[in-house]
Amino acid sequence: MKLSEIAKVLNAKVICGQDRLDEDQDKAFASDLMSDILTLGDNFPMIVTGLCTMQTIRTCEMGNLDIIVFVRKKKATAEMIELAEDNDMVLMECDYSMFKACGLLWEAGLKPIY
Amino acid sequence: MHLEYTVVEGDFVNAGSASSAIKKTLKQLSVNPSIVKRVVVALYEAEVNAIAHAYGGVVTADIDAGKILLRVIDKGPGIPDIDWAMQEGNSTASPEVRNMGFGAGMGLPNIKKNVDRLDVQSTVGVGTTVEMEVNLS
Repeated sequence: MKLSEIAKVLNAKVICGQDRLDEDQDKAFASDLMSDILTLGDNFPMIVTGLCTMQTIRTCEMGNLDIIVFVRKKKATAEMIELAEDNDMVLMECDYSMFKACGLLWEAGLKPIY
Repeated sequence: MHLEYTVVEGDFVNAGSASSAIKKTLKQLSVNPSIVKRVVVALYEAEVNAIAHAYGGVVTADIDAGKILLRVIDKGPGIPDIDWAMQEGNSTASPEVRNMGFGAGMGLPNIKKNVDRLDVQSTVGVGTTVEMEVNLS
């Protein structure tokens, strides 16, 4: 599924990585717990999270996870966007709850990693 | 190659800076990406621990052709029961640390999973040294 379609399904605003919207992504992982995100091994899913801090960007940098969707109307700071840009990440902001966002992504065909 | 970084107590904005720098170095050295990920995930967990639970400290990395040796040496307060701390789910994290997405008691078990050798030495009132080794080939 193209990242542009994911943004459309979630009615999300792409705030970083607009040049990557033609890329495909077929898996997602949702968590507000960064330690969970650090257990994903060699899987590289899109991350759906309501935790919107510098540590979210850092954690994804460490895990080579470069597509992040913030849910629950969370907004990234300029500092977070700068770090995301340095790491060539895609950031999206979505007003939906985690449950609704995941439901819509599942319905659209995105798969879990386990 | 010897690298050294300072970590500051409670400095969550910069938590991960040392891990990020070491990740860049390993990539420049063309280390296998899967191994780089294991190294930085383990180091990042340890670095966050030093910032969240300790009075700051230092991160060192010694890299040779075959392995990387990482040490996170903090200034205390120390871990009274290392076996308890190693069990998944056990944590003494503050609400602030939990709000950062950590403190679920997964750090030390996750470190153990990602490294080839882990040694945790701690003296209450003095500090903790987390030593991690990962084979690079």
